[in-house]
Amino acid sequence: MPPIFVVLLVICVWISFLNPRFATVPGIMSFLMRAAPAAILAAGQLFVIVSGGFDLSVGSLITLVVLGSSMLIGGDPANTPWVIAVMFLIGIAVGVFNGAVTSWLKVPSFITTLGMLVTLKGFALLWTGGAPRGALPNNFRVFGRNRLSGVPLLDEVPYAVIILLVVAVVATYLLHRTGWGKQLIALGDNPRAARLSGVPTAKVRILAFVASATSAVIAGILLGGFSGVSTNVGDGQELGAISAAVLGGAKLLGGRGTMPGAIAGALTLQALFTLLNLLGWPKPLRDGLQGVIIIGAVAYTAWRERRS
Amino acid sequence: MSAPVNRKPKRAGLPPAFLFLAGAFVGAWVLVSLFGRGQFLTAANITNIFVRSVALGMVAVGQSFAILGGSIDLSVAHLISVTAVMTSFIMQGDPANIARAIAVVVAIGLGVGLLNGLIITKLRVNSLIATLGTGLFMQGLLSTSFQNFAGAVAPEFEVLAYGTWGPVPIPVVMLAVVVALGALVMHRTRFGAHLYAVGGNAEVARLSGLRTDRVLIVAHVITSFSAVLTGLFIAARLGAGAPWVGQDGVYDLESIAAVVVGGTALAGGRGGVLGTLAGVLIFSIMDAMFNQLGTGAFLKQVFRGFIIIAAVASYSFRSKEEVG
Repeated sequence: MPPIFVVLLVICVWISFLNPRFATVPGIMSFLMRAAPAAILAAGQLFVIVSGGFDLSVGSLITLVVLGSSMLIGGDPANTPWVIAVMFLIGIAVGVFNGAVTSWLKVPSFITTLGMLVTLKGFALLWTGGAPRGALPNNFRVFGRNRLSGVPLLDEVPYAVIILLVVAVVATYLLHRTGWGKQLIALGDNPRAARLSGVPTAKVRILAFVASATSAVIAGILLGGFSGVSTNVGDGQELGAISAAVLGGAKLLGGRGTMPGAIAGALTLQALFTLLNLLGWPKPLRDGLQGVIIIGAVAYTAWRERRS
Repeated sequence: MSAPVNRKPKRAGLPPAFLFLAGAFVGAWVLVSLFGRGQFLTAANITNIFVRSVALGMVAVGQSFAILGGSIDLSVAHLISVTAVMTSFIMQGDPANIARAIAVVVAIGLGVGLLNGLIITKLRVNSLIATLGTGLFMQGLLSTSFQNFAGAVAPEFEVLAYGTWGPVPIPVVMLAVVVALGALVMHRTRFGAHLYAVGGNAEVARLSGLRTDRVLIVAHVITSFSAVLTGLFIAARLGAGAPWVGQDGVYDLESIAAVVVGGTALAGGRGGVLGTLAGVLIFSIMDAMFNQLGTGAFLKQVFRGFIIIAAVASYSFRSKEEVG
């Protein structure tokens, strides 16, 4: 079993000692609900990371989804369905752009998506005049903050948790059970060998960026529902997603990574914050410890690799 | 490997980024003359473009060293905040403390650079993760200890930001000195040649007897030192440092953007400090132009992202390699 699952388990047991309500069904459900956007984002980011790239644009895309939805819906709940569809189209367009520029213009994805990070944030702020405007109606926010009641055994299940579960299953299937997933890993492991052995590298890579951007749209819809309209909702989310994937055993610059690991990485970061919060650490110190832990985890993986 | 390694950096001629710089200058001049308020080509405006470039320029020169070596430094924005806060906190408005404040922040900077370099080379942690981690850690300690502007710099220290040397502002002199020193180290020293070799192909450089770890550690110390210079300048300019000044300036991503727009390859081994200067000046010219056109900050941001992508694409699009 990858070490991240052990770490996650230890932290969760520790939290349960400090707060017994955490180990109940409602406690676990609200934990998963808070972790869902980051976990979904980590799942999307992993497709790009195993292919050997980065997607830094997801944080700004989240901000664009939240601000743009609020502008387009304009207070009329009847607009919600088509606005959500438009957001997915925007996400797909961003993903295709990121993948195409990287594949055909040979711009390293770190730079392509860094440019998109700047542009999308600028575009979102330009749209709203720089301030959060309007509010999201309840039929939009339901996905991020409401629960489905009357579920057997579990009683109430947040919609966000159901969405997380679906994303996790679909993403695991796509990465580990399809030809595309194998081609992605081959591409990240050795791009030239992959191309020479007939992998359609551009197509494979573009789809990875589309998957990542789509995950950002889903995360944006959940975050908009959970915490409402703000201009900094997406800030830093891209680095959190990369950290989660790396904690879950993914190798930067590609070739290795597992979907359950990346999702467990995101849950571990969320659990760690919960634990430190219970221990009374102020927020800045929690962020600081996160830095030490990511370095430690990657150093440990590198050390184990050299020993074997 | 078919990649050319250990090729001597070109010494003659300006990097191609200067072509874009000239284009941006002429374009801004024409657009402002046609649609803008006031004149573009005034001494005050040109001076302003240079002064605008100082904070980003110094740290971007340092970032060039990390990137040229095939590494990257995401911790610079946080180190800039630490430097700005510690400078004004130690100085407390008293000129007698200037030397002590500078000594402390330089020591912090060298320590952070050394730590980054050691984590990357000895613990074999990817530079992105290593410097993201040290940056988060520094910011955590800083934001726990300080919540607002701390202390004040001595009035004499503000010369760094507001003084002039003849007709030339002191900050511009500082930037010129930093760029000249950076270019000298990169193009005229043995360390510089080794850095190109390590960035071009670390394995080949190691097999030909270079101490690659040491080269990368020194590169990271230089990068951190340049962030300290930017932090000192910002403290002088604002009169005091606050724990958010570095992140507010997005100096981590902006410095990386300036370096690659200047023609340094993200993978390392190709590029140089002069190109970085051109990259920074391009950003400042665009800023000045958008201000004079009165389009607002957000449209400027929309264009800036595309400019970063387009500039790098112009260097890379002929490549036959797979790029991830």
